[in-house]
Amino acid sequence: MTIAIASGKGGTGKTTLSVNLALYLAQKQPVILADLDVEEPNSGLFLTADLKEDLIRYNMVPRWSGQCSLCRECQANCVWNAVIVLRDRVMVYPQLCHSCYACSELCPEKALPMVPYRMGVVRHFVSDNLNFVEGRLDIGQELAVPLIAQTIKYINEKFDKKIVRIFDSPPGTSCPVIEVMKNADFVILITEPTPFGLNDLQLAVETVRQLNKPFAVVINRYGIGDNQVENYCQTQGIDIIARIPNDKAIARLYSQGKTLFDNVPSVAHELQRIEQYLFSKAGKA
Amino acid sequence: MREIVVISGKGGAGKTSISASFAYLSPPETVIADCDVDAADMHLLMKPRIVQQEDFYSSQEAVINPDLCTGCDLCYQVCRFDAISREDGIYSVIPLNCEGCAYCEKVCPVQAITMKARLDGQWFISETRLDKPMVHARLGIGTENSGKLVTLVKNVARKIAEKYNKDFIIVDGAPGVGCPVIASISGASFVVLVSEPTVSGIHDLKRVYDLVRRFGIPAGLIINKYDINPEKTQEIISFAQQNAIFLISQIPYDESFVQAQIRGLTMAEYGSRQIKKLLRQSWETVMELSE
Repeated sequence: MTIAIASGKGGTGKTTLSVNLALYLAQKQPVILADLDVEEPNSGLFLTADLKEDLIRYNMVPRWSGQCSLCRECQANCVWNAVIVLRDRVMVYPQLCHSCYACSELCPEKALPMVPYRMGVVRHFVSDNLNFVEGRLDIGQELAVPLIAQTIKYINEKFDKKIVRIFDSPPGTSCPVIEVMKNADFVILITEPTPFGLNDLQLAVETVRQLNKPFAVVINRYGIGDNQVENYCQTQGIDIIARIPNDKAIARLYSQGKTLFDNVPSVAHELQRIEQYLFSKAGKA
Repeated sequence: MREIVVISGKGGAGKTSISASFAYLSPPETVIADCDVDAADMHLLMKPRIVQQEDFYSSQEAVINPDLCTGCDLCYQVCRFDAISREDGIYSVIPLNCEGCAYCEKVCPVQAITMKARLDGQWFISETRLDKPMVHARLGIGTENSGKLVTLVKNVARKIAEKYNKDFIIVDGAPGVGCPVIASISGASFVVLVSEPTVSGIHDLKRVYDLVRRFGIPAGLIINKYDINPEKTQEIISFAQQNAIFLISQIPYDESFVQAQIRGLTMAEYGSRQIKKLLRQSWETVMELSE
């Protein structure tokens, strides 16, 4: 089972929940935790694990061979303006390239072969029952989706489908998070009981619904704001499966990079509720 | 005209609360731009009255006309995004997977494939309760061009600023280090980095500053919730000193940040006397530094 942990808004506790749920479950069974927030991967900061593999990941982009008739076919075939034909040469902007291969394969002179271009790394760590895999985008790279896809591909190739997977998603509602949710069986949306939290939760709910994925909500920092998030979930018929209390002790542990499942009993209790919910759902399905 | 962009790398550090406070504290000649188009929240504090609304078309998606399609399979073979479905021998496009590259359209021998514009969102020009115009947007679900929409929001804000002789543009920037935040900071006069003293906060600050430095934009730093972890705060201060980032202010952890949101107010209006003072001083510092 693959569980994606997502939220519209950043900073609501995606990483906290992903790491702690993964470690909590790993007390009894093997778990794979993947940090797919490749722009700002933070899960690893909360883990001590041994590095097993560190792989540079590439995108395929065209490179001009240096000789052609400058017919401009490639420029016309690129919708992202990643290939520009100048008076005496062809310029490629690899950061804008989406690797569709059109310019390369439609070039009548085969003057734009596709070559690998570094976009980031995928790292694999192991600690007892937990396999942790993170994607990390190089600074200055613009496109997160190809690296997310490659990180998921790495996991699919390495691990049995039956092992529980927790995907720490990027924030927002655009392509990067879709790429993650597409690959999940269940989505947990984590939010805060605040107006910003509610607004961004509504966007996230629209996103999961568009993908037709089963989902439920976890409220973090429960008690800090108002009850609009709860009212919203109730009228929408959305299950709230856990409420992690607003507690300065939790904030402090988090700030130090410490885990909560083994330090804060109330958090362990909420994680247990999530576990029960998830596995009863899985049993039904 | 000065363009001041507030970013944080990490979400939840207080970026919107602080940019909204700056929007309140700034002189009347200010335009507000919410560039966090993926999860825009500024409008919750600004009570916008929309005066202009436009659709944002940017990307395209392929459509196969089944009456013309001969099932030759070429589109399926060239698509790198698994966007062509051929269930029961009927070829169709899976919109969610389609990148809009138009490769299939070009190779289709019978012109059965056309590209249609995709509605990627909306953008708005609004009047706000602060009597300062605001440009904001809403990205469509699952769309990709948030960087382009960010650029559009900024360009509209710049045009308004030029037309009405405004001195300041205050930008609530996008999170992360990828395309949307690159679009948020490009062309900025000054970047305000908002960080929090947590392991994630420091990690993300370093990554996003790496980006800011590449653009050569001067930057200042606000440490929010500085008192939740004095050691980490010290670590952030050292990082700022090593990199010649001006430390603008340190703001204590205060749950009234949430109370302000609930009332639809900025912290510059609702915060305690101490927080109001800190925010006012922060804004004055930003004005000096960005001159």
